[in-house]
Amino acid sequence: MIEWIISILLLIGGSFVLVGSIGLVKMPDFFMRLHGPTKATTLGMASLLTAAMVFFSTTQAGLSVKEILISLFLLLTAPISGYMMIKSAIHHKLDSIERTKGKDNIEDDC
Amino acid sequence: MRLEARFTWLPTPVLSLLLFIVWLLLNNSVSAGHIVLAVILAIVIPLVVSPFRTKQPLIIKPGLALRHLLLVLYDIVTANVQVAILILGPTRKLTPGFVKVPLDLTHSTPITILASTVSLTPGTVSAEIYPWSENLIEGAEPEQVYLLIHVLNLTDEQALIKTIKQRYEAPLKEIFKC
Repeated sequence: MIEWIISILLLIGGSFVLVGSIGLVKMPDFFMRLHGPTKATTLGMASLLTAAMVFFSTTQAGLSVKEILISLFLLLTAPISGYMMIKSAIHHKLDSIERTKGKDNIEDDC
Repeated sequence: MRLEARFTWLPTPVLSLLLFIVWLLLNNSVSAGHIVLAVILAIVIPLVVSPFRTKQPLIIKPGLALRHLLLVLYDIVTANVQVAILILGPTRKLTPGFVKVPLDLTHSTPITILASTVSLTPGTVSAEIYPWSENLIEGAEPEQVYLLIHVLNLTDEQALIKTIKQRYEAPLKEIFKC
């Protein structure tokens, strides 16, 4: 039973991380590429870490809760690294694809 | 907005609580020795580092903060599924866009939290905060702050702005009372 739960969690986590990576390859411009890794990956990692938590709690003595810390740090760092990347992309005036709406909302920095 | 803590020996209550929990999690135990050590660290570290830190607004409604946290966690889960569907669907149909959201918040801490939640929730990544200023100056005439976000699939701009303002900004305003 426990093995089933762990396997399902691992599969869910793995597929979300995979989808995030597919987004990284498939999307046409930098700004859209950023959406995959900042979001699809958080849930994927959370599932993988939950699987690790269940596995180590059942196979070893005592509860294993260190994984909560890892997901906490991921939740903190994912938006910040995304923000830093998109900020530098705007600063370098990277092209976004033509059908992007509201490009004039970007203010010029000098 | 309140900057000063109620007790001088506990300048940042939430940070202390976080330190306490993180120490116990790192050691993976709740034995008496570790709890005592965690309490000592949670009190001493904020006291030692408080001269280096700029004053952050304190959470005034912890209950609401907890509820908001749960809401955001739920949204992160739905966001992941939505973005996964958008990514796997046809790329040609996506209409990305930049949207400027006017904010009522003025202090940098709530704005940072808002920007991070926007990044983690459905289809949006926060890109920039206008006006260009490294730090929002205390006491100066407050300017209208805008948050520039990039949306993966923009359908209704006004509805999106309204959602962000009601769902994420309003609770933050309540929590920090600003």
